[in-house]
Amino acid sequence: MKKETWKELTIGTINLDAGNSVKNLTGTWRSGKKPQFIEEKCIQCFFCWLYCPHSAILVEGGEVKGINYDYCTGCGMCSVECPPKEKAIIMVKEEAKLAEGGAE
Amino acid sequence: MAKLKDLAAMEDRLVAGHGMCLGCGIPLIFKIILRATEDPLIIANATGCLEVCTTIFPRTSWNVTWIHSAFENAASTIAGVESMYKALKKKGRIPEDKKIKFLGVGGDGGTYDIGLQALSGAVERGHDIVYVCYDNNAYANTGGQRSSATPFGASATTSPEGAESPGKLQRRKDLTKILVAHNIPYVAQASPNRWQDLYKKAQKAFEIEGPAFLNVLCFCPTEWKYDESQGIRLAQTAIDTCVWPLYEVENGKYKINYIPKEKKPVLEWIKPQGRFRHLFKEENAWVLEEYQKQVDEDWEELNKLAKL
Repeated sequence: MKKETWKELTIGTINLDAGNSVKNLTGTWRSGKKPQFIEEKCIQCFFCWLYCPHSAILVEGGEVKGINYDYCTGCGMCSVECPPKEKAIIMVKEEAKLAEGGAE
Repeated sequence: MAKLKDLAAMEDRLVAGHGMCLGCGIPLIFKIILRATEDPLIIANATGCLEVCTTIFPRTSWNVTWIHSAFENAASTIAGVESMYKALKKKGRIPEDKKIKFLGVGGDGGTYDIGLQALSGAVERGHDIVYVCYDNNAYANTGGQRSSATPFGASATTSPEGAESPGKLQRRKDLTKILVAHNIPYVAQASPNRWQDLYKKAQKAFEIEGPAFLNVLCFCPTEWKYDESQGIRLAQTAIDTCVWPLYEVENGKYKINYIPKEKKPVLEWIKPQGRFRHLFKEENAWVLEEYQKQVDEDWEELNKLAKL
């Protein structure tokens, strides 16, 4: 990432690019374990979406579709809060890790 | 009743890519609160975990107008913004029917301690604002120093347990009751594991005219030292042991929102947490006993108030 100098900064260093932190891929922090989504078992309760601190649950067309590993830090809260009867999210061993650094 | 599916379809006002810890409770709390109003929102955020982690230069996780305030004055900042809005409306520069909501946010350090007088002043002046305190029981952002919200007996970096000390020896400050004493229209205590309750309280806080205050328990795996996947379970234990009772005070009238079927011993709340580990030493048994006594007293007092 190219460092900006004061000349490029907005007055008062106001950030006009709302929500640009999506470029920080927090998934790079994950180590050891990651959640796995089993679609057939999912009852669409949305608890995983609710209790994911890093907004890493993929929701498409009003349905939970899986995990966004770009942001998932592997805390495991989704798996713990997934209803015990279904257990549509289980924690598995992480095989390959994302490359370090953001998406730029 | 709100459905999670509908909430998930709403726009994210706090987006991904923030730097909060694994298993942090703060984003969960704000995922719910920021969806409790559809009106445009202006936020003043005191220094703290939420502020630092969501605005790592040159990026921001906020999709709404957001102002960083110093530790001590988030409430003053948002009160000032609200006053400006009223003044501009009077002058006709903001249309009469345009509604904007104002939210002040701080952690327990920025609210219980450093920002207390600013908050007290802002609510006393009757600004139409909502103030949310996410209470993670310590100065988690600066390395876990004790705050006045740190529970009795907990170890923190400035009240460490050891041969000379069994952790923090002062009773927790009851900020929610201090806010009740300001006679404002709405004060409530909530927890992210009861999301419906938190959502309803946030909705009420935004709808009510005048100042409203929400104190929300926020689990912190970093400072509480527990397995980071167990946050919601731990929050459930907090309300089952009555360490963190869920209640609201509307126009002075107390209402308890959650009564555990069976009030569990405080032991269950402290067991999974490393910050209380030393309380299991024989010489510290009295601390645990005293902590239980304090929780029982507070719960009894609250029940009395709710019956008035």
